[in-house]
Amino acid sequence: MTEEIIIAGFGGQGVLSMGKILAYSGIMQDQEVSWMPSYGPEMRGGTANVTVILSDDRVSSPVLQSYDTAILLNQQSVDKFESMVKPGGLMIYDPNGITRHPERDDIRIFQVEATEEAVRMKSPITFNMVVLGAYIKVNPVVNFDNVIKGLRKSLPERHHHLIPINEKAIQRGMEIVKEAKLRTP
Amino acid sequence: MKELALMKGNEAIAEAAIRAGVDGYFGYPITPQSEVMEYLMLQKPEERTGMVVLQAESEVASINMVYGAAGTGKKVMTSSSSPGISLMQEGISYIAGAELPCLIVNVVRGGPGLGTIQPSQADYFQSTKGGGHGDYRLIVLAPASVQEMADFVDLGFELAFKYRNPALILTDGLIGQMMEKVELSEQKERVSEFDQSWVTTGKTKERERNIITSLNLDPDLQYEHNLKLQAKYKSMDQDVMFEKIECGDADFLLVAYGSSARICQKVVEMARSKGLKVGLLRPQTLFPFPSEEIARMARKVKRMMAVELSAGQMVEDVQLAVNGKVPVTHYGMLGGKIHSPDDVLNEVEDKYIGGY
Repeated sequence: MTEEIIIAGFGGQGVLSMGKILAYSGIMQDQEVSWMPSYGPEMRGGTANVTVILSDDRVSSPVLQSYDTAILLNQQSVDKFESMVKPGGLMIYDPNGITRHPERDDIRIFQVEATEEAVRMKSPITFNMVVLGAYIKVNPVVNFDNVIKGLRKSLPERHHHLIPINEKAIQRGMEIVKEAKLRTP
Repeated sequence: MKELALMKGNEAIAEAAIRAGVDGYFGYPITPQSEVMEYLMLQKPEERTGMVVLQAESEVASINMVYGAAGTGKKVMTSSSSPGISLMQEGISYIAGAELPCLIVNVVRGGPGLGTIQPSQADYFQSTKGGGHGDYRLIVLAPASVQEMADFVDLGFELAFKYRNPALILTDGLIGQMMEKVELSEQKERVSEFDQSWVTTGKTKERERNIITSLNLDPDLQYEHNLKLQAKYKSMDQDVMFEKIECGDADFLLVAYGSSARICQKVVEMARSKGLKVGLLRPQTLFPFPSEEIARMARKVKRMMAVELSAGQMVEDVQLAVNGKVPVTHYGMLGGKIHSPDDVLNEVEDKYIGGY
């Protein structure tokens, strides 16, 4: 098994930390992992993305041009990465703020209303965990228990009191994710 | 069980330095390697092992602090990125001339000049052919994973002390900024395991004074000194390191190190799935260079391609080793841009199908 994932969105949405938790979850599941962020000038333009690879074998290139899964959290990211999902691959996106929805019919597309859900939970910063929950529901490459272990490992101890709310956010994401209905052209 | 961590390449270098029992780090911040000193400072190594971590006023100052401290036989190091390493060249030449062991880390960024902070492999010539003035060489290690970033700190010091010569870890922002699983080694005591007979920490009655200098005004002495250095560089061949991937039946050989080698691993997977017999030779030491193995491979394959994030630097060493036996081409990306596995595969297919 090798799962090549791109997570992209605005800086501050927790894209990089979501990738880190996913990578830690992979380690908990005895997988080989790599986490490759965009850094430098790209980051300062307001968009952030990270490539995460989980694999049973040694990870080869951390730099990729096509992905098994794209988790896209703003319009720029949908525009940039929709075409880079492998045929038969997976896309998950938050429809909040999206005016041009994805259109491909050769990949599986799911929606998670994570922005809304995080606000409803009165904890907007758990937004990225709602998204993570959606992902592991649709594609259980790592199981829930290992994600929680990964979360525990990823968060500094002084933030461990936040684990229950994050855990709840992941569960909510698992519950609310739904297949997107493509608009017929 | 060994301790597993998820770390950036730069952090792995810093953690490995503490665990290797390094006595001193002297550096000056520059992207994309600032995490090395940041991590060291956060870890309070003066409490963990007594290691000194000091932010110098410049790169020139840090390399000269390394020079001075290395003369005492301590394990000392610095790290920087391309423009900072250029500033250090005078000091590095002096350290090589004075035959002192130390570790230098270059997390390369795109040049020339201030260039960009994105990954590049365009400092190959500077690292392997001297860089500063005079006929000298560095031991050059090229990690291709976060694990090797950690492992090569220990290896670098081992080789540096074995040959009394500066060792350099040549990496780039891609490996430096990437996080991977790393197995950390046990904490070593901060006591040198190496020969200390040459150090200048005070003369005892039993022996003559030790002298550390790079100055020999007498040309006969300087000539002898140069012969000795050259013999030493030649003897380093015994420590050459490389990895071969899918080379057994390969008729097309990629040669790549560091981040390009990671990309080429994927290229090999993709090419193999298309039935193309492509292999990869990955030098782990760039000096000494695996010339002998490449010459041996030249008798087995039909074509070689050096893949580097440069306009073609290592390819010259591949060509020297191959000595005209098979065609050797270069594929590269410039100025901080990175080739994707698909880019390289296109070039391989082009040469593989059309090129024989």
